Amino acid sequence: MALRLVSARMGPFLRQRTLAAAAALAQQRGFAAAASDDEKLTVTVPVPFKTHKIDPPSQEVETSKAELLGFFTDMYKMRRMEIAADGLYKSKFIRGFCHLYDGQEAVCVGMEAALNYDDAIITAYRDHCTHLGRGGTVLEVMAELMGHRDGCSQGKGGSMHMYNKQHNFYGGNGIVGAQVPLGVGVAFGQKYNKLPNVTVAMYGDGAANQGQLFEALNIAALWNLPCLFTCENNHYGMGTAEWRSAKSPAYYARGDYVPGIKVDGMDALAVKQAFKFGKEYALQNGPLMLEMDTYRYHGHSMSDPGSTYRTRDEISGIRQERDPIERIRKLILSLELATAADLKAIEKESKREVDEAVDAAKSSPQPEEKLLYDHIHSGTPANFQIYGADRQHVTVKL
Amino acid sequence: MAQLLLFEALREAILEEMERDCRVFVMGEDVGHYGGSYKVTKGLAEKYGDWRLLDTPIAENSFTGLAIGAAMTGLRPIVEGMNMGFLLLAFNQIANNAGMLHYTSGGNFTTPLVIRGPGGVGRQLGAEHSQRLESYFQSVPGLQMVACSTPVNGKGLLKSAIRSQNPVLFFEHVLLYNIKQPIPTGENLSSLERAEVVREGKDVTLLTYSRMRHYVIQAARILVSQGYDPEVIDLVSLKPLDMGTIARSIQKTHRAIIVEECMRTGGIGATLRASIMEYLFDELDGPVVCLSSQDVPTPYSGLLEDMTVVQPGQIVQAVKSMCTKESVQ
Repeated sequence: MALRLVSARMGPFLRQRTLAAAAALAQQRGFAAAASDDEKLTVTVPVPFKTHKIDPPSQEVETSKAELLGFFTDMYKMRRMEIAADGLYKSKFIRGFCHLYDGQEAVCVGMEAALNYDDAIITAYRDHCTHLGRGGTVLEVMAELMGHRDGCSQGKGGSMHMYNKQHNFYGGNGIVGAQVPLGVGVAFGQKYNKLPNVTVAMYGDGAANQGQLFEALNIAALWNLPCLFTCENNHYGMGTAEWRSAKSPAYYARGDYVPGIKVDGMDALAVKQAFKFGKEYALQNGPLMLEMDTYRYHGHSMSDPGSTYRTRDEISGIRQERDPIERIRKLILSLELATAADLKAIEKESKREVDEAVDAAKSSPQPEEKLLYDHIHSGTPANFQIYGADRQHVTVKL
Repeated sequence: MAQLLLFEALREAILEEMERDCRVFVMGEDVGHYGGSYKVTKGLAEKYGDWRLLDTPIAENSFTGLAIGAAMTGLRPIVEGMNMGFLLLAFNQIANNAGMLHYTSGGNFTTPLVIRGPGGVGRQLGAEHSQRLESYFQSVPGLQMVACSTPVNGKGLLKSAIRSQNPVLFFEHVLLYNIKQPIPTGENLSSLERAEVVREGKDVTLLTYSRMRHYVIQAARILVSQGYDPEVIDLVSLKPLDMGTIARSIQKTHRAIIVEECMRTGGIGATLRASIMEYLFDELDGPVVCLSSQDVPTPYSGLLEDMTVVQPGQIVQAVKSMCTKESVQ
């Protein structure tokens, strides 16, 4: 399948076939007009997997109507949530740092389709959608962003510190790259306890240059730990483009002795396939590097307009050609799994859900003062004292 | 009772805890096959294998992070810094992750790990190998810090630290590994938050920890032979400080001298002085005196090195200046 070249102004990204060709291929296979929910479909993902020291997974991805509709629903909800967060930040309901994920939804959603909640995920600070993917609610995210009691960390973590212990989501980390050794530690725990599970340690193209990543990679490879080192390459480390910070921006190949796969991160099915393959591989062989070729529409954070280091044409070009939600929409419509009206209904429901969660988050109470002193230690040690800020009185004395 | 050297006592603690709880494991450089550079883990690899005595590459930042991640899953790692000074490379992991994950996750995760190793000024080890990390970490909320000084408290504290649900920085001293002491049999856990009254007295409270405890005891012997009656307290718990025991002592003696190996600026003594002044001002007959190391990188020359740390003679002198014959009843 020949790649069709797109305008050079798109920048140095992988050229994509349009979905029209993919849909045409699907038509050739003669799918029933209304497939049942669970009936297996096979979709060929258009972009081949680029690999380093390993054979690529097949481009034929097994899926189902239910899964594709699920992808659409989840990604749309994530998108709406992030856009709502943008508005709330601008009206000062959300303060501090706020790193939005819109554009990258396919990575979370595709990854979760290949894993279960006994597998573990750890990521950096662009974690709102990761939290949703791990079974969190929009209310938990919104309330946390606003610093209210019903937030997933009771308002004490904020945007960068969202966790879900039950579903093995280890956060939500503020310091670039520091989550990778933690993730290898979680994988160590899985191997130590002989669990049939993997850990996905996610990081960005900026973090890919951190020394501790290579240290952790060495250890993971040495001890055969089931860790999927996953680079969400959105091509900019805050304001610095990948070609200005990495001598070799082929992040999937930088594992050297660890094999790697580069994936079209805007294609939820390709992401799912890569993680399905990766999980099987890691459980047998140890670490694997995955690079998700993705893109963020917003700037690095709400403090960054995102337009001083890239052109508006580039951003709108990606939105037009590669938007993950639009791809799934076109696929669903071309396979006649749902009508445009059905999808509109899903969108409306998503928007309602997000709006309700925002309202509920707004009316969630502020954390009470006692929470300031909770969770500093587990089972507070004797002699531990906390003062009010004026040092005039002892607030907690044990 | 068996006489054990301090490194043997620490090894016994680790062995007993590993035997008792299969979640406990040790990681660090040369802790496994080599047996540990100070022999604290000697023989353990043969007994427990490579998965519980992990020989790491020289990568403190990442293996400390790995230990913290493993602790988050419920395992109980003991991280050995071959020299505590090397853990400066892991400062971010210790401060931001070990210290704060319990809080930022709203109580979701705990990090029950022990980070242990030798620190302090040794014999001509040079500036980079003579670090006192307790100064740097004392501000980090969420961390607990203890310093052992004898085989008995070493074993008791290490066992408690391993069982604690909190991250504990366990400070050993390069020069104390061969101290010998009879060790009672049985569990004998030491509290991680209690200071140890080494010698009761009524003239002055001498507050110290780690290697300086032994210099203080030396000085105390000289002072006792000259008619003074010092009370010696080994802080043991550096974070949080056991202000209860300290307060009871100062209420009795009304005089306090801190003897530490930290640098003068920003050390444990600096915090302790402030606390004593704040709580016990009315109990004091005079300002708290603090004897600390000089604010210099530790020189290689033995002569100069001795000048950077407090010597027993200086402790004796400080007590005598504070406790003039007239003021001591």
